[in-house]
Amino acid sequence: MSSTTDRPAAPEGESLLGRRGLGDRIFQGAATAAGVSIMVALAAVFVFLAIRGSAGFTADKSLYAPYTSFSPYAAGLLFGTALVAVLAMAIAMPFAIGVALFLSHYGPRRLVTPIAYVIDLLAAVPSVVFGLWGLKALAPASKPIQEWLNAELGWVPLFGGTLSATGRTVFLAAIVLAIMILPIATAICREVFSKTPRLHEEAALALGATRWEMVRYAVLPHSRSGIIAGMMLGLGRALGETMAVLLVLNAQGPKVTFKILTSDNPATIASNIAQNFHGEDVDLQVVLLATGLVLFVFTFLVNFAARWIVARSERRFS
Amino acid sequence: MSVTDDYAADFATTALPLTAARLPRQAPLLAGVVALALGGLVGVVLQIPWVAVLVLAAAVLVVALPTWAYAVEGRRGAVDRLMTILVCYAVLGALVPLVWVLSYTFIQGIPAIDWSFLTHDQTSRLDPVTFKQLPGAGIKHAILGTLVVTAGAAVISVPIGLMTAIYLVEYGKGSALARIVTILVDVMTGIPSIVAGLFAVALFTELGDPGTRSGIMGSVALSLLMIPTVVRAGEEMMRLVPADLREASYALGVPKWRTILKVVIPTAFGGILTGVMLAISRVIGETAPLLVAVGAVDVVNTNILSGRMETLPVFIISKYKQGQDPLELAWGAALLLIIIVMVLNLAARIIGKIFAPKTGH
Repeated sequence: MSSTTDRPAAPEGESLLGRRGLGDRIFQGAATAAGVSIMVALAAVFVFLAIRGSAGFTADKSLYAPYTSFSPYAAGLLFGTALVAVLAMAIAMPFAIGVALFLSHYGPRRLVTPIAYVIDLLAAVPSVVFGLWGLKALAPASKPIQEWLNAELGWVPLFGGTLSATGRTVFLAAIVLAIMILPIATAICREVFSKTPRLHEEAALALGATRWEMVRYAVLPHSRSGIIAGMMLGLGRALGETMAVLLVLNAQGPKVTFKILTSDNPATIASNIAQNFHGEDVDLQVVLLATGLVLFVFTFLVNFAARWIVARSERRFS
Repeated sequence: MSVTDDYAADFATTALPLTAARLPRQAPLLAGVVALALGGLVGVVLQIPWVAVLVLAAAVLVVALPTWAYAVEGRRGAVDRLMTILVCYAVLGALVPLVWVLSYTFIQGIPAIDWSFLTHDQTSRLDPVTFKQLPGAGIKHAILGTLVVTAGAAVISVPIGLMTAIYLVEYGKGSALARIVTILVDVMTGIPSIVAGLFAVALFTELGDPGTRSGIMGSVALSLLMIPTVVRAGEEMMRLVPADLREASYALGVPKWRTILKVVIPTAFGGILTGVMLAISRVIGETAPLLVAVGAVDVVNTNILSGRMETLPVFIISKYKQGQDPLELAWGAALLLIIIVMVLNLAARIIGKIFAPKTGH
């Protein structure tokens, strides 16, 4: 049946055939060109950032303050980026799995649609609004938690050091980012959870498993790679998030520190670019373009790995 | 056969019970009420804020119900109850920030919004009574800039995105190029928005003056973020168009390209429109690419090809950076931005519902 979709029967005259061939060729050419343009665009991102940013790898030493060359400068920024993103993911993931389980297995049908819609709305809130809210509402509200962590768990290196007076810490930035990556992580987890074979679930229940045991022994093992992919896609989002981090985090330039409650915070690549990118200072711009290239390559790898895991698990279960 | 018979006989003689003790159906509700009452009681006695009362009640519930279940149903029942509670808490926890952000922005932003806020830009004006210079108090320039830049992005990305979707669905089926494009579209969804902005800067400064900034640069940056969403939506919707329709059209001797334009696209139109509107609502709040590629300015500029333009997200950031307290203006702009995004979002979904593709079966 479906083989007929490829080629229409052509019983008409010669001239009509010719015209049809031409129109089709042009249209197919345009469609293919659009597909190719996607490849070209991605390549162009890399090429133009590399062309303009290449001078940034070996610029004047003063531009790399507090370091003196590109690699420690970029490494410091990359560290801050990864620290905030990984923390955000660690906070978001339990919630994402919980919400996804609710949407796929726990929730009553009439609650699932509105809650899924509301979680999607979270992705629609502009990041600058999240930043402003994090700065003005969440920072003061999270102060008691930060004080408690610092006082009671201060012996853990993560929570040690002198507590920030404003609350604008890596910890706060991670919470805001966690909220922002929740929708995508939830969506991916929900998708893989709902793809669990019905027979596995019913077999588990028929053996007398409770609902949690069914989830634990049928759904979660089946979805392991999907959960990892969701985590990595969320991570990719968090790595590139700019405005929320810029507003919320009181960053002190590139540095390596694991203390997440102090006012001496590492900057992230994206927030560092947004903070220092002015039209006039072309030399610094070039350095920032180079760090942008580093960010692009890094997120590209993370996303690519995530997609690869998804594709592999889809092949395995199809 | 005989093995199962033996087993059945065994089973009958040992007489395992087939039902176990269960908590009554209303147990979770009952435990919830008790937990809330306990929390409220402690709250009244100790004078703690209502948020703490709720947290306390939640903590009581998460301990009490599993303990009760443990006493009646045993360990497995208790774990099951505990996990159910935790899953529900995850949902509640995810809803808190959304409600909080929306209500906070509304409360902060609503005093700023009035007619003159929407119809003036940031140039200072002469007060007609006192003849003093008043600071500019409007965001007309930012609204116009956002509309122009976003429209530019849509003009670039909708044709490219839809043609790519047509290629993937109608022409490229199974080819290596289609596989690569599909992967690249996926990867493109993950491009950090600031990198898109830097790309626009790198591209245009390579072609022109190093300090050049314009609306079209923002449009290019945004279209890089928008194209993958449009491709995905278009692809998904066109795949839903039943093969029968295409085949009927081919059978009438209609060429493939006209079939696509006259049968496939119209059938999928509602879904495509929904996808495009969602894509627009996704990029209209983007800040970082516009901050680096378009810059900020205090007056109206609607020429997309030259000069800096103000946009709503960048306006919010620059008000914050100026550090004075016209943060009220920033909140006003934030509220307006959220309203625009939400209206687009809702409208998109309503349109999607109305034009839901007829599958023909």
